[in-house]
Parts: sequence; C-alpha cells; structure tokens
Amino acid sequence: MLAVDLPYWAQSLLRVLGGTVAVLLPAGTIVYLFLFKMMSFMQSRLGPMEAGPYGSMQLFAEVGKWLQKEDLAPDGADKRIYRMAPLVVLVSTFLLVAVVPFGPDAYFTNFDAGVFYMLAVSSISTLGILMAGWSSANKYSLLGGLRAAGQLIAYELPMVLAVLGVVIQAGTMNLQQIVVKQNSDSIFGWDGLGNPYILTQFIGFAIFMIAVQAELTQTPFDMPIAESELVSGYMTEYSGFRFLIFFIAEFATAGVFSLIASVLFLGGWGVPFSWFGWDAATGSVDNWMNVAGPIIMITKMMVLSGIIMWVRFSYPRFREDQLQRFAWKVLIPVSLLNIMLTAILKVAF
Amino acid sequence: MTDLADRQKLSYIAAQAADARLNVELETEGMTLNIGPQHPATHGTLRIIVRLDGEQVVWAEPSAGYMHRGYEKLTEVRTFPQVTALVNRIDWLGSFANEVPFILAAEKLMEIEAPPRAQWIRTILFELSRIANVGLFLGDLGVQLGAVTPVFMAFRDREHVLNLIEGATGGRFHPNFDRIGGLKDDLPAGWIAETKQVMKKLRNFCTEMEDLLFGNEIFQSRLRGIGVIPAEVAKQYGLSGANLRASGVDWDLRRDQSLPLAYDKVDWKVWTHPDGDSFARCWIRLQETRESTLIVDQLLDTMPSGPIMAKVPRIIKVPEGEAWVSTENPLGEMGYYVVSKGDLGPFRVKIRSASFNNISIVPWVLRGVYVPDVISILASLYFILGDIDR
Amino acid sequence: MAAPKKPQVPGLLKGLGVTLNTMAQTLKPRKLGGGSATVQYPHEKETPPLRARGVIALREDNCTSCMLCARSCPDWCIYIEGHKELAPPRRAGGAPRKVNKLDRFDIDYALCMYCGICVEVCPFDALFWSPEYEYSEPKIADLLHDKTKLGEWMETVPEAPALEAGAEKKKGK
Repeated sequence: MLAVDLPYWAQSLLRVLGGTVAVLLPAGTIVYLFLFKMMSFMQSRLGPMEAGPYGSMQLFAEVGKWLQKEDLAPDGADKRIYRMAPLVVLVSTFLLVAVVPFGPDAYFTNFDAGVFYMLAVSSISTLGILMAGWSSANKYSLLGGLRAAGQLIAYELPMVLAVLGVVIQAGTMNLQQIVVKQNSDSIFGWDGLGNPYILTQFIGFAIFMIAVQAELTQTPFDMPIAESELVSGYMTEYSGFRFLIFFIAEFATAGVFSLIASVLFLGGWGVPFSWFGWDAATGSVDNWMNVAGPIIMITKMMVLSGIIMWVRFSYPRFREDQLQRFAWKVLIPVSLLNIMLTAILKVAF
Repeated sequence: MTDLADRQKLSYIAAQAADARLNVELETEGMTLNIGPQHPATHGTLRIIVRLDGEQVVWAEPSAGYMHRGYEKLTEVRTFPQVTALVNRIDWLGSFANEVPFILAAEKLMEIEAPPRAQWIRTILFELSRIANVGLFLGDLGVQLGAVTPVFMAFRDREHVLNLIEGATGGRFHPNFDRIGGLKDDLPAGWIAETKQVMKKLRNFCTEMEDLLFGNEIFQSRLRGIGVIPAEVAKQYGLSGANLRASGVDWDLRRDQSLPLAYDKVDWKVWTHPDGDSFARCWIRLQETRESTLIVDQLLDTMPSGPIMAKVPRIIKVPEGEAWVSTENPLGEMGYYVVSKGDLGPFRVKIRSASFNNISIVPWVLRGVYVPDVISILASLYFILGDIDR
Repeated sequence: MAAPKKPQVPGLLKGLGVTLNTMAQTLKPRKLGGGSATVQYPHEKETPPLRARGVIALREDNCTSCMLCARSCPDWCIYIEGHKELAPPRRAGGAPRKVNKLDRFDIDYALCMYCGICVEVCPFDALFWSPEYEYSEPKIADLLHDKTKLGEWMETVPEAPALEAGAEKKKGK
C-alpha cells in the first residue's frame, strides 16, 4: 500500500531497518530517560552527568563497556542453549513489534489475527528465560528461571482476558482496525474524544498494565531477577555481550508492550478523527498521518512506560506465592467479569 | 500473637514433614543452597547454608567467621586509649556506640565518673550513631525487598548525621572520641543549632519511610506474620535490642540500668510490639529512630555547662579488677567484660556483641519459610558482619 | 497510632507520591531550596568540617623525636629516626646544648587508620590534623609521606574551631 512501488527486497530491507529502529530507539530512550534520569531524580541525585551533555551519551559508553567484556560461559553449562537464550528473548521483542501499526500505511505487517499473534509471540521470551535459567548450571539461575516460567504463564492469562474485552468491543482482532475504531467511534453519540477504550475498558486497561508489569518482570513482580535473593536470577552467569542483549530486550519489551497498550487502549497512532473531519468508512485519512502517527505513538508509549518505570522504582517486590495468588484469585476473576460485562453491554447497545 | 506463633509451629511441622517426604515419596533430593559468603543479602560475608525442598527451607544454619579479626586477642596487646580506636570497627555503622561501654567499664574499674557535660555529649553522640545505623537499616530493608529508592533516601539523610559526627569528632565513621574520664574535645560552635535542623530532617525521613515503605501493602504482605519469634524463644536465644522488643518484651538497657549516661534525664518511650514478626521488628526500629531524634532534641536543650574531662593521669593505668558494662547499642545489647592486671592495657576483654546472638536464632526461625522470606527475615533481624565476627 | 479512622490514601499511591515529590524536589533549582543531595565531585567540592581528620601535618621544628607518637600508634605506621647534635649555646660563654635532630619522620597512610592518637599524645605540638583529603596515589608506596611532605600539609591546618556555649576554656592546644 506504499505510495512508491518498491521491489520486494527493498521493502524487506526497509522493514528490517524500521523494526530495528522501532525496537532499539524506544529501548535507548527508556533507559536514558527513565532508568538513568527519572530514577536518579526520584532518589535525590542527578544520575550520569559526565558522558555527553547531561550524560546523554552514557548508554553508548555502557554498551561499549559491555562489548569489551569477555563472553563467559560456566564450565557445567549447556553451552549451545546458554548462548542461544538471550537471542531467543530478543527475537520475541522483534516479532512483537512487527504487528504494531504506526500509521494508516506505516506498519510492518497487517493481518486479521494481529491480537492473537501478538499474544502468542510474547510468550516466546518465557522460553528464552527458561533456557537461560536451566542451562546456566547455577542454582540461583535455576530458581530464577523456574520462577520466571511460573510467573509469565500465570500472567499471560489475565493479559489475554483483558485484551478479549477490547476485541469484543471492537469486533475485530486486527490491530489496525482497532485503532481506526477507537478514533472514529463515539461515546453515546458524542464523538469529541472518539472512543479510546481506556474509558470504556478501564478495568481491562488496569489488568493489562499489571500483567505487562509482570511479563516484563519489573519491580513488584521481579522475583525472577530478585537481586537480593537470587543474585541476578536467570541472568546471574551472563556477562558482556549476552548480558547486554538481555538488558536491551528487557527495556525494548517494555517499550513494545507500551506501544501495544497504547494501540489497544489509547487510540494508537490516531487522534480522534472528528477533529479533522476524517471519515473512517471511506478511509480518507490524510497521508501526513503516516509521519505524525509514529510521533503520536512514541509519545503515548513514553507516558505508559514512564508509569511502568515509576511503579518499578517505588515498590518492593511480591513473594512468589503471593504473586501467583494475586494472578489466579484476583486478576483472572476480575477480568472474566469484565468480559461478561462487556459482552452484555455489547449486546444491549 | 498466639495465632502467629501457631502458624510458625505449623510451618515447622510442615518443614519436618517435607524433610521426611523428600527421599521417600518422589525419590527427590533436597537442594543445598549457599546463601553467601558472597551474596547481596548478607551485607558482607555471612554464609547461610539452607537445604531447600522446592523453594521451602527445610534446614538452615549460619556459618560465621569469614571476617573474624580477633579483636578480643588484639585488645590484649593494646593500651586502653588504643583499644577505643580498635573497637570502633566492630559495628561499623554505629561506631561511637561501641566505644561507650568499653570506656564505661574502664571508668568503673578506675572508679571515676565523667563530668555531666561529657555524659550529655556522650549520650547525644550515642543516639546519633543509633540514628545513622538504624536509618540505614530502614533503607536497606527496601533493597532486600526489591525497592530501590528507599536506600538512597536513607543514605541521603544519614549523610547529615555523619556530617554532624564528623563536625564534632573529626571522624565520619570511626570517631575515636570517647576517652577514659570524659571526651577528647568539646563541641564546636554552631553544632547544636545544626543538629536540631538535622533532627527535623530525620523525622521527615521517618515519615517518608512510613509512606513509601511501611504503608505499602506489598511491603506489609511480605513481612506480616513472617518469621514470628515468640517472646520465650527470643529470650532463650538471647536476642536483644529491637528484635526482643518486637516480641513484646519490654526490655531496654538505656532505661533499665543506671549508667553515667543522660537517659534518665529525658522523657522518652520504649517501643514494643506484640506480634514478634518481621514487620514488628522493622516497625520498632522506625519508631526508635524517631524516638532517638526526640531524645537528642531534649538533651540539646538541657545540656549543662562545665568541663568535659574528669581528672585522670596522663598515662592511664587501670587498677586491678574485673568489670562488666553493657549498653543498648543500635543492634542490641553490647557489653565488655574487662579484666585488668594494673597494666597500660587490659589483660583480657570479652566482647558481647549483639548481632552474634541475634543471628543464633536463624536456624530456628528459618525452618519452613520460603526463599524470599529468608531474605526478609535476615533483613529484619538486622545484623552487621563486623558485629558478628568481631 | 490509634487515631480515629480517617479515609486513608492507599499506601501504594502514597509511595508513588513520595517518589514523585522527591523528583520535583531534585528538579527544583538550587536557588529555590531544591536540587540534588549529591554534588558533582571533581567540579564542585564539599568542604569538610574544620575538625575533620584528613591528613596529619608535621611542624618539624617542634619535634624532638621523642617517639611517643610512634609508640602509641595502634598500627605502627610512624617511622622516626633522629640523632643528637650540639647546638651553639643560648648565651655567650655557655655550654653547647644538646638538641635532637630529626632525620626521618614518615607516616604510611596505607596503614594509618586515622585514629588521631599520635596527634593527641604529642607533648610538643608538632603534629596537627588537616582536613585535606585529596592525596590518593596510583602507587601504594607513594602513600608514605616523608617529613617534607608532612611539613607542606602545615599550610592547610585550620585554626581550631570556637567551642559551643557552655564549654570550659581549654588550656594548651
């Protein structure tokens, strides 16, 4: 659907480059803005200040440091699996970003089972973490990997159920159409805001964000890493380049999940169409939205990942069994109720 | 309380059952996990050997001594003034508090008493080192439970206290300020006004900790009902300090014995908590930090004037005899049994440090808990490695 | 504690409030009473208190190489060597005086534990504390300061601070 007709290889190249940028750029910004700066400010300090103006080049310095370090593998480790694990985790991030729409025509792929694909692919990282934990030949890693597996499976479910509400309301599983729906709909005939599902699906949004926090193993749910208990969980034995990949994957996934949350609940790349008099039915959305869309998306993503990080820096962590109890006894029943309610309202109106 | 004690008993029985079950039912083996000697949760080099069934602890034992420095032996070849420089390093976070009982024991042998102003300043510095010590504990607690921010806040406000200690004594960590018969020097001008401001900041810090950590539902669910130590067990294992008071035993050496310190001149409260769980231990420490700031404020207002040094000979020889003095240090009861043969230095010194006895309860209290609770219980028992290994 | 139950803000939200508050405080300009609690060390420095035990300075003229400091040092990090010399008599026609000349006065700061006992025992006011702290060295052997280097620290020794109200006037140092 691009305006210029490119050969297949050029399109593929563009997509690969775009995907890399879409994964690495948010990761870098999140690390600098939130991990380096916001956390420091919340702790009465300034954070890195030496590398570049206000420490903005610090990340490059850190990457340089990690790349110089030796790529170690423990003696007893299952070497091939051990080396592969971080890549598996990172691959899941790349696969996730493929389905996120950034504008009316600016997307990597657009297919009808987008939501389904997204939920399926996000579990691949679990596999990578389990591989890392088991192959490290380290007791802490093993415990961390097992915890991670249990936790990610437990929180996959509320996430699916939370998204289900959105799918019922939108009537489609295509992420692009979910965005269009949100921006062209109206709430009880008033279309000043469109219908971002955060308003009608607030419970779903809250559950989704909690589940994301757990999927990302960010602080109230960071037992797989739990540096005071398990040293560094499944990452204990990793160093240098492979640790860097884990690190990038952690923050890139935070960014991608924020993107998905903004697509599902905040109206994605769009602004309410009624502001500009666009008509969704004829698809008459201006071409410049393809440029403005990514910027709008990134803004929404920054807000959401800011909240994720803010919670991370403020809270202590749960215990493993409390976390499971919270998932199965609170989140899942509530999200089931939410689905029922949505379905009833959907039929009623 | 009985409810919590029952729960502890039940988990103990469960652990025993799990231990028996391990090899029988599933033909599985328990996993032995070394927490330490190099582990983020042990604040140094304490090693705790735990046997796990899944994530449940079946058996645990602390193994101390990785940092043993032989202080009791070293004191035998040091003169009395040199020993204070040494014992500073036992509990390195509240170092001034280590000097006081030793000096008091030596003074007891020499039958002299420091002048009132020196007693006042001693008590103030004693409480300041308690604040520096326990304040850091409050932040460190957050780290053990996975919250990163509280520890930076603790370091931020502890810095003010350390500046005060440095301003008065010259040493941030190791003041070496206490002398037999008094103090090395009087306070510098402007110190009292500064201290009052810092005490206000610290009360503010305590409120912040209450909001950020103690009021947090996750924090409470992590600590409430975990690691319950009933009062009888606590007494049997010789716990002291906040760990004992959290089990509901109203016992505080600052109030319960009369030493030449100014505690009986001020109005303050000994906090106790009936529960005996990890939360109670942390909560007691928070309240005590706030209480300490109030004690310091009152002492500053009522400070008498006068000399800070009693008449002592220039070369100190302590007469023959034996003396035992213990005080309520930040970590618990710390005492010195000093034997002197009339020489320049002590003949033998027995050091009773609080942490060594406090961690002796670890095998009892860790049975049947989960690995994350191991960390929170260790954090709430609050030990300092130098204080265990001496 | 047992105050009447007010509608309470959940602790989770309060915690978020505390961190946000701290962030606002850190971002507030220094002029308005905000700013970070840390300083950017090589660019701006905190001044240690006057009494801070930073480094020991030696006034060589006062030293009689009596060895009191070396003997009272708990970890024996002071090395002193001296010899006796005949000095011209004070009054014309008197007998020549015997004075102690200092050959070597070294303090090994790699061993020193900054207890201050040496400064305290010195009967002739030859040793002083200076709050100077920036003398780290790439080689550990360079931390052994000899008497010329210790003498140079004398310039940084501050006047003893005034005492708090109610203190007794002190005699001597």
